[in-house]
Amino acid sequence: MAQASEKYVLRLADNILILGQRLGEWCGHGPVLEQDIALTNIALDLIGQSRMLYQYAAEIRNDGSTEDDLAMKRDVFDYYNCLLVEQPNGDWGKTIVRQFFFDTYHYYLQEFLVNSSDQRLSEIARKSFKEVAYHAQYSAEWVIRLGDGTEESHQRVQSSVNDLWTFTGELFTPDELDREMQEQGIGPDLDVIAANWNKKVNEILEIATLQIPEETFMQSGGKQGEHGEYLGFILAELQFMQRAYPDMKW
Amino acid sequence: MVTEKTIREILSEVKDPEIPVLSLEDMGIIRDITISSPTEIIVTITPTYSGCPAMDTIADDIESALMEAGFSPTVKTTLDPPWTTDWMSEEGRKKLEDYGIAPPQKGSHNKRSLFGKAPEVRCPHCKSMNTAMLSQFGSTPCKSLYKCQDCFEPFDYFKCI
Ligand SMILES: [Zn+2]
Repeated sequence: MAQASEKYVLRLADNILILGQRLGEWCGHGPVLEQDIALTNIALDLIGQSRMLYQYAAEIRNDGSTEDDLAMKRDVFDYYNCLLVEQPNGDWGKTIVRQFFFDTYHYYLQEFLVNSSDQRLSEIARKSFKEVAYHAQYSAEWVIRLGDGTEESHQRVQSSVNDLWTFTGELFTPDELDREMQEQGIGPDLDVIAANWNKKVNEILEIATLQIPEETFMQSGGKQGEHGEYLGFILAELQFMQRAYPDMKW
Repeated sequence: MVTEKTIREILSEVKDPEIPVLSLEDMGIIRDITISSPTEIIVTITPTYSGCPAMDTIADDIESALMEAGFSPTVKTTLDPPWTTDWMSEEGRKKLEDYGIAPPQKGSHNKRSLFGKAPEVRCPHCKSMNTAMLSQFGSTPCKSLYKCQDCFEPFDYFKCI
């Protein structure tokens, strides 16, 4: 029976733990109460999903590590999240654009993983997919509302689309591990995910009267553990208690 | 002789910590009960939402209820098949509405489209269908926030998954 590699599972988990942590920064700071609650709800879903993946990764590692060890005791270079999710929240529009780019990817990824040849990943995806569909709808609706909103919201959200575009290529650029997982039917063909993603993103940006940037240079490295300056700060906050009081329990 | 019925009766007293009118049975989250010896009971539950913070409390509450009744319980978790609001009992739906939360609509297992329309939901207070969604995400992961345009009360809708 097919089983994903630990690193592959960590990639899936790290993406949503880090994005969940970023969204949590909005707690108490959202523009209106309902949206503050919405983002923290999405954060809760993502962190909950990441727990199921960390539990699985810990089982694959099979050296007594727990989900908490994986989340709390790895340093920057052992984190495999994509660069997109570690980007700062910026203004509301930037948070929404980051979320929209990620959710749309996450939606098609989960849609594939539901039928992954790795039975455990498939079970986790069956659980997550229904939640991810809500996220994707939410962020797409907000992109439209802001893009086709006021002159200022349009201009701000367009500049976020321009800024974040460079981090989207990594999602669809397979490396050796992605190919290996694809061959075993564990992970998707990233070309297929990319085609779905581009179609949906084009459709939504068009409704939102937003332009897709022409620049094609794409940043990469996150999923191999090469991160920008931000991840260290995120982990410093996320892991503070475990670093200050090793193995403390709530 | 311990039967599954005895265990279910004990568990029917265990309530959802966030919606105390619903029992775990009403929620449909108890997936299996195995009686492995006259005192050893394995209860398998499934989480509602992935990030639901109530799940740990629920597992603890099941353990305490069974321990109080003299059993040594083990609580296991299963993910598949994933929980759906369709498993909520009719009685549970009724209790939910009486409590002021609009119950989930049936048929949620149909694949959601990326641009589904907000479901039409009945106001749990005045029963009007003239309601509007305020926010897809409400006070807990399982709820959306609605308002009634007839009695003007805001209310939670237990959203479908
Ligand atoms: Zn009403």
